[in-house]
Amino acid sequence: MKSSVIVFPGSNCDRDVAVALEKLQFKNSMIWHKENVLPKSDLIVVPGGFSYGDYLRSGAIAAKSNILNEVIKAGERGSLILGICNGFQILIECGLLKGALLRNSGLKFISKNIFIKIQSNKNKFFNKYKKNEILELNIAHNEGNFFTDKKHLNELEDNDLIPIKYCDKEGNINQKTNPNGSINNIAGIFNKNKNILGMMPHPERMVDKTCSNEDGLPLFLSLMN
Amino acid sequence: MKINKEQIEKHGLKLEEYNKIKELLGREANLLELGIFSAMWNEHCSYKSSKIHLKKLPTKNNIVIQGPGENAGVIDIGDDDAIIFKIESHNHPSFIEPYQGAATGVGGILRDVFTMGARPIALMNSIHFGSPTNKNTQNLLNGVVSGIGGYGNSVGIPTVGGETKFNSTYNENILVNAMAVGHANKNKIFYSKAKGINKPVVYVGSKTGRDGIHGATMASAEFDENSEEKKPTVQVGDPFTEKLLLEACLELMRENSIISIQDMGAAGLTSSSIEMASKGKLGIELDLNKVPCRENNMSPYEMMLSESQERMLIILDEKKEKKAKKIFDKWDLDFVVIGKTTDTNRLVLNFDDKIVADIPIPALADKAPQYDRKWNKPKIKKNNLKKYDLKKIKIEDALIKILSSPDHSNKSWITDQYDQVVMCDTIQKSGGDAAVVRIHNKNKAISISVDSSANYCSSDPKSGGKQIVCENWRNLISVGSKPLAITNCLNFGNPEKPDVMGEFVECINGMKEACEFLNFPVVSGNVSFYNETNSKSIFPTPVIGGIGLFDNLNKIINMKTKKVGNLIIIVGKTLGHLGQSSFMREIYSSNEGAPPEINLTNEKNNGHSILNLINLNLISSCHDVSSGGILISLAEMSMASMLGLKILKPKKFTDLNEYFFAEDQGRYLIEIEIDNLKKVESILKKSNIFYEVVAEVQNDIFELSKTFSIKTQELYKNNNQWFKKFNAIN
Repeated sequence: MKSSVIVFPGSNCDRDVAVALEKLQFKNSMIWHKENVLPKSDLIVVPGGFSYGDYLRSGAIAAKSNILNEVIKAGERGSLILGICNGFQILIECGLLKGALLRNSGLKFISKNIFIKIQSNKNKFFNKYKKNEILELNIAHNEGNFFTDKKHLNELEDNDLIPIKYCDKEGNINQKTNPNGSINNIAGIFNKNKNILGMMPHPERMVDKTCSNEDGLPLFLSLMN
Repeated sequence: MKINKEQIEKHGLKLEEYNKIKELLGREANLLELGIFSAMWNEHCSYKSSKIHLKKLPTKNNIVIQGPGENAGVIDIGDDDAIIFKIESHNHPSFIEPYQGAATGVGGILRDVFTMGARPIALMNSIHFGSPTNKNTQNLLNGVVSGIGGYGNSVGIPTVGGETKFNSTYNENILVNAMAVGHANKNKIFYSKAKGINKPVVYVGSKTGRDGIHGATMASAEFDENSEEKKPTVQVGDPFTEKLLLEACLELMRENSIISIQDMGAAGLTSSSIEMASKGKLGIELDLNKVPCRENNMSPYEMMLSESQERMLIILDEKKEKKAKKIFDKWDLDFVVIGKTTDTNRLVLNFDDKIVADIPIPALADKAPQYDRKWNKPKIKKNNLKKYDLKKIKIEDALIKILSSPDHSNKSWITDQYDQVVMCDTIQKSGGDAAVVRIHNKNKAISISVDSSANYCSSDPKSGGKQIVCENWRNLISVGSKPLAITNCLNFGNPEKPDVMGEFVECINGMKEACEFLNFPVVSGNVSFYNETNSKSIFPTPVIGGIGLFDNLNKIINMKTKKVGNLIIIVGKTLGHLGQSSFMREIYSSNEGAPPEINLTNEKNNGHSILNLINLNLISSCHDVSSGGILISLAEMSMASMLGLKILKPKKFTDLNEYFFAEDQGRYLIEIEIDNLKKVESILKKSNIFYEVVAEVQNDIFELSKTFSIKTQELYKNNNQWFKKFNAIN
């Protein structure tokens, strides 16, 4: 499996996701944002961080970078694309995913471990998890409050396009277990064809027992399936 | 134009200091030169009041690669790995503009570490605020915490811990001390000493603006009610540029092209160029028309004294200039040759084809004034607590009161705003005795702890200075690491006052004694004087940042109790010392008495025995006993796992409050399997260490036999409400 991790000025989870991919024997390349060519890859990762300092609006400048044109083309051709945290924000800004990521409802940066529940495993990203499985992942963001219009929300809910929702340890999904105010506790969404995933939690931070748990590993394993 | 008295005062210099400047120059200075002298001779840059005392601290041993005097300290952790670290204050700017003050404090300390060739791997901090009832405290707390988080999160360095305390002594002068820790190859460390003549002097990073002009001079003056007007002296941080600068510098450092490198920190272009030249015994000539400026028509004075952030000065091998420029172009950063090294030993500044300043470099550095200031031996408070009838206080009420106090409350409201795990090497986050961070890709890790105890230091500076080194040492041991070295940030009042100077001298004497005894050298640090407002000085507040080493990841432990049925043993003797304790402060609002005494022999013996027990895999969890005493430490262990404890009454003590809340030093709580009791006992006995079984791990309930019984959940609730209530949006 070949993967490409896109590196913007200000990306800071690029190394972390590369370590996770290499742990699972992905043949990974780091692709600098000024490049005009994307190597042929089975998976493209848009990592977390503060691309362009989050200036103007999180992800807005990165969405206009050279390499993003290639990422968009690849996405439209059906390549697998994973946007994590700032990567999710970039995928929304460039139009590969719909909706918006607003400022957290508590108006503070939040970094902590949270729980999410697998809503759907019939896709390329979560097929190694069981439906309703509860994972403990880490979030670290200021703008992770997903919002969209009613029509899009219905489309997401009706077509199994919301694979993960915030919950508590027991799996309860409600206002209390929602860390950032996301509509319907949404932690990540697919595009229509389910080849593009944007998610706020960081699976790459949960692949090593010494530092955390291994709840993120099956996501990368799923992609190899 | 002749310099007048008013100009001299405005620059924070004394008249006799200006006379010395004239003598060194052999003429009157011009305004630019006066500005340069004032930047180099202020307390912040010259350490003129502290230098002769700092020399007493031990700074060397077999693991120290670089002690104080460079951008940061460097220690050897084996296998060609080095740890580079330092702590620094940003107190005055943070009080004036909390977000930017704290953010640029983090930025500055990060640059100190990556300037030397290290990739930063962790940030820590020690922040002190005024009383929660003070009208400024909430705003300052929010601003400082978002500033620390805003900067570190964006650069992508985990903020893994620290301490937050409240005391009315900081009402008008908060403390914001930030520590950065980096990892480097010990054969690839970069220093600031210039070498060679006619080498290009390169300016890299952000452009120079009008922010922060005279920041270092501001930091060397007392505050008064007009301090608000000093806002323009606070710098504005840009973590995005810092991240680019970090990556560009580390990329350049992979090549052998840097001769020397220095961050433009306090006093910006002035201090960086002078320090490099001074260390190399060279001269430096700059063409100020080449300095990249953010604003139009900036004068030489403004350029030389600006403290704009995210800038570096590099002396390059002239053959590598093109290659180096390419790296900075890639990262979209300015890279401009603004001058060269010379053999004249002078700082020569050119602007519009004219020489605008010409100063012998030794006059700015080595010949800066040094003072042996007058100091009074501090009066030590005596223990006088007999008048309090401790029997009237119910132990469970005191427990809850202390656990819900601002100083003891769970700090997750703060730490949840910091990315603690980016870089994926954080093994232990904040909330434990020390943070633990793995060396990337290796089977080893370091521990980091930041500590202070201003209450102890204010009642007995010498004993307090000793205590704080010991507490730091203990925290590093409690997670299973071998303590290696420290950095210190010494926050004090006005050194021109003999009482304040006395506190400083005695704190240093105490630290020296402890550091020497424990073989725990000081490798870097910073002194922050003039922490006072309207002539009221803060408590003497030395802050210690220590580093410990694990040569094996299996030896890391934490304070979470592990298994029902396990025993908790207290190691170290409890004498019942309540002076300066959390108990006295929270229950009686009393600040009386002397702090607990330090017995260095016991400290060392107890610590080494704990490490020995950890190495033998005999300890399941460990927690040091500090502020709040045994009962608070037990509660913390319980809340970490959410298991309960069945606590035993002491055999000898008649007063339970005295036993359970005393802050005697050198003590640890350890959890052991019941089957290992004999082994543990024989090891402790062999080392002549006092110990007793104090509790047994059980489910859910935290209780003291026949006295009280509380659900651990209830303790947790009380421990977790203060910050949320204090910061609730109304």
